[in-house]
Amino acid sequence: MDQKFVIIGMILMAGTTYLIRMLPLAFFKKKIENEWIQDFFYYIPYCVLAAMTFPAIFTSISSNEGLEGPAVQHITAAVVATIVSMILAWRKHGLVTVAIFGVLAAIATEWLWKFMG
Amino acid sequence: MSLCREKMKEYFRGIKRGMPICLGYIPVSFAFGITAIGLGFTTLQATIIAITNMASAGQLAGVQLIHEHAAAISIIVTTFVINMRYMLMSFTLTQKIVPNMPWWKRCMMAFCICDEVFVFATMEKDDVTFPFYMGLMTMPIVGWTGGTFLGAMASTLFSPTIQSCMSMGLYFMFIAIIVPEARKSRKVAAVIVLASALTCLFTYVPYVNILSKGGWGVIIAAIASAAIGASMKSANRRRKAVIKAQSIENEVVEHQNQN
Repeated sequence: MDQKFVIIGMILMAGTTYLIRMLPLAFFKKKIENEWIQDFFYYIPYCVLAAMTFPAIFTSISSNEGLEGPAVQHITAAVVATIVSMILAWRKHGLVTVAIFGVLAAIATEWLWKFMG
Repeated sequence: MSLCREKMKEYFRGIKRGMPICLGYIPVSFAFGITAIGLGFTTLQATIIAITNMASAGQLAGVQLIHEHAAAISIIVTTFVINMRYMLMSFTLTQKIVPNMPWWKRCMMAFCICDEVFVFATMEKDDVTFPFYMGLMTMPIVGWTGGTFLGAMASTLFSPTIQSCMSMGLYFMFIAIIVPEARKSRKVAAVIVLASALTCLFTYVPYVNILSKGGWGVIIAAIASAAIGASMKSANRRRKAVIKAQSIENEVVEHQNQN
C-alpha cells in the first residue's frame, strides 16, 4: 500500500469521527424535537450495520488472498457461520458468545471441507 | 481536599462501570487487528486507528477504503455516515451532563462517545459528571486498543484461512446487535431487510453495481432505508392521528344526536 495515502486516510478517519462527536456536545444546548429526524437517527445504526454485513459477510473469507481450496469452500464456511451466529443472536446470546461460536463454525466448516477431499 | 477526593471517587466509580465494556471489546478489537493486518496495515497503524477512532463499523469501512485506495471524499463521507449515530448520542449527552460544563471538558468527553459507553452514561440516575465519564471511558479505551494490538501481533501465528475466519468476528458482532433488535421491533426488522436487499442490489445487479465502487452502495442503502423507515413511521403516526380525530368527531356527533 501507498504509505503516504495510509497516513492521510488515517487522519481523515480520526478527524471526521472526532468532529462528529465533538461538535454537538461542545456547541449544542437545545433539544431536538423533529420526529422524522429522531426516527431517522433511531434507524440509522441498524441500517448501517445491516448494509455493511449483507452481502459482504458471505464473501468475507473468499475475498482474502493466499487461501487454499476453491472459492465455494470459503463461501460455504461463511454461510454456515452466518447462520450459526444468527441463530445464537436470535436466542439473545451476548456479543462475545455470538462472535466466538461464529468463528468456530467457520473454522469447523473449512476443516470439514478439507478432510472430506 | 475533600472536593478532590470526591472527584477521585467519581472517577473510580466510572472505572468500575466500564470494566464489562472493556471485556466485551477485547475479542472484537482482536478481530479488527487481524483484519487490518490482512489488509496490509502495520501493527502500529492498526493500534493508532483503534485509539483515534474507537468505532467498530467506521474503522472497518475506513481500512477497507484505504486498502482500495478510494477517494479522500469517499473516506470522509463513509466515516461520517457510518458514525452518524454518534452525533445523535452526542446530542443526547448534551441533555444528560451536569450544566455549565466548560467546553474543554466536553471536548475531552467527545473522544469516547461509543455505543456501550453512551448507554451506560445515559443509564445513570443523576446528571453525568466529568470525572465519572473520564473513568467510564478509560477501561473501554484500554480494552479496544489493547485487543487491536494483540490481534495484530497474533495474526502471524495463524494460517490465512484461520485468519479470515477470525476476521469475521466483527460481522458476528453486528449480527449480535441487529438480530435481537429485529426480534423486538418489526419496524427495525423491516429496515434491516430493506438495507440488506438494497446493498445486494447495488453489489450484484449490472450497471447499478457502479454505486458500490468505493463503498457508496452501503451509504446509499443505509440512508435510503432509514429515510423510508422514518417516513413510514411518520405516515403511520399521521394515519393514527387522523383515525383518532375522526373517532372523536364521531363521538361528538353521536353525543349531539343523542341530545
